[in-house]
Amino acid sequence: MNSALQSMTRSSLGSPLVRERVHISPIGSRAFLIEAPGGFDLATQRRIWALTQDVGHWDDVIETVPGMTNLLAIFRVVPEDPQAVVARLSNAWDLAQSVDLQGKTIEIAVTYGGEHAIDLGALCNLSGLRDREIIRIHHEGTYTVFALGSAPGFGYLHGLDPRIHMPRKTVPSLKMEKGCVTIGGMQTGVAVLTGPNGWNSIGFADLPMFDPTAATPAIMAPGDIVRFIPERIEL
Amino acid sequence: MIEVIDTGPLNTIQDLGRTGFRDIGVTVSGAMDPLALKVANLLVGNEEGAAGIELQTFPFRVRFGKEVAVAVTGGGNATLDGVAMPPWWVQTAQAGQILEVTPVAGSARGYVAFGGGVDVEPVMGSRSTSLRGAFGGMEGRALRKGDLLPLGDAPVSELAMTGFGVVAPMLEMTSLFPVVEDGTVLIRALPAGEHDLFGADAERFWRQTWKISPQSDRTGYRLAGDPIRPVAPVEMRSHGIVAGVVQVPPAGEPIIQMSDANTAGGYPKIAGIVEADLWRLGQARAGIRVRFVRSSHAEARALDKAMTDYLEDIRATSQMVARALKTIAGH
Repeated sequence: MNSALQSMTRSSLGSPLVRERVHISPIGSRAFLIEAPGGFDLATQRRIWALTQDVGHWDDVIETVPGMTNLLAIFRVVPEDPQAVVARLSNAWDLAQSVDLQGKTIEIAVTYGGEHAIDLGALCNLSGLRDREIIRIHHEGTYTVFALGSAPGFGYLHGLDPRIHMPRKTVPSLKMEKGCVTIGGMQTGVAVLTGPNGWNSIGFADLPMFDPTAATPAIMAPGDIVRFIPERIEL
Repeated sequence: MIEVIDTGPLNTIQDLGRTGFRDIGVTVSGAMDPLALKVANLLVGNEEGAAGIELQTFPFRVRFGKEVAVAVTGGGNATLDGVAMPPWWVQTAQAGQILEVTPVAGSARGYVAFGGGVDVEPVMGSRSTSLRGAFGGMEGRALRKGDLLPLGDAPVSELAMTGFGVVAPMLEMTSLFPVVEDGTVLIRALPAGEHDLFGADAERFWRQTWKISPQSDRTGYRLAGDPIRPVAPVEMRSHGIVAGVVQVPPAGEPIIQMSDANTAGGYPKIAGIVEADLWRLGQARAGIRVRFVRSSHAEARALDKAMTDYLEDIRATSQMVARALKTIAGH
């Protein structure tokens, strides 16, 4: 089931759920999810980063996991007064200022097209653009790492041009290779594990994203800027 | 050192998991029944979070390279050189002896702990095997015949020399972990973020009896039953998740994320299982029926306390008995 689960957590469902005000809900007994209101944009994510830094210092919190305009806070023990926790988190969100994380810039050399770009044709059909145009739009973009997750070192990149947004597949590719440069909805990223994947591949990058034995295992960090450099274009 | 001389697939080295790295996408891993691993460790005199072996396929056999305390708990029946060990028991194994573990009816996973713990190199603070990430444990993979596992150094206690056992948690804490007469396991959970978006189907989630599908493993359990669906389709933004989250993919049959859970998810979540009940799912095989019971943070705290007390009692009793045995032995 491993494979099916991974792919399905990336598959696409109906319309995006946009909250009008901050939404805080438990996941089990020790974790709370704080979902920011409003759009999927850098301004909101900067407040999530600020919230992460604040909540990460709380004595009773052992782990913070920033997501896409949301934050999961995991508490050391089951809170005695969950309502008070929700109130504290809500207050922390209200007070969260925008943080401009000064990240590094990562340049990723990409072979666009070729054997790994299995979804480039479908993206041409969807967007009405020629393959060269899609590649140009993709590598001319400047992307921000919003959060890491899903697989070790995988960065969710924000900043994809709306002309080349492409919904995740309903039926995922069973064995997409690690290194595939992919588009999932309004996000782009580089696959870090070989396996089932519902994102759409348009190229390949031969850059290891994760080394468990390194002092800093993940290459990417939230706030980093990513640029894709077209090393080769095979059409 | 111990040598694996026979093993099924998917048996791995596990401790209590690699926590603190969800924010870079690293799965927690760790024992599916952490309670059983903790008890096994306490019995051999380890810290409760030392690395042991999680068995989910059988038979499993190892040969000991030195004298060491060994404990087998959870869903594992053990023999040492063909002589049966009682359940939830610690004993001393001599160099050259062979431990064989076979399954226990009604349980899914057995745990073996050794005095000093399985001493593979920790990766990111844990010895747990991450099969998906292919690191940790034994070269990031399941155990194989011929594997030589290093053990930490630890003195063999009087307790292990005499042999000592504990009452299994399901027997000791029967009233806290209810099972319906027909065998349905009751699992306590709290409504999660999208619960109310399921409308009338939310009540059907709690009311119906679900069956654990054969497509279930350390990553997650799929449940079979009458599908439930949100009133309108929703697409969530990716967010962090924890083991025990009950997500509902479009087909309407829930998935419970387990120890090797993804770190992020995007399906609507109908519920989150109270952590104290996760070990019971870790011991539930495919085909077992489960029903969800609405719980509270207060109840979750009470369960956590009962489990802490149970473990503390084992720690205190085993130390007391060990001291008494030492006195009797005239040391």
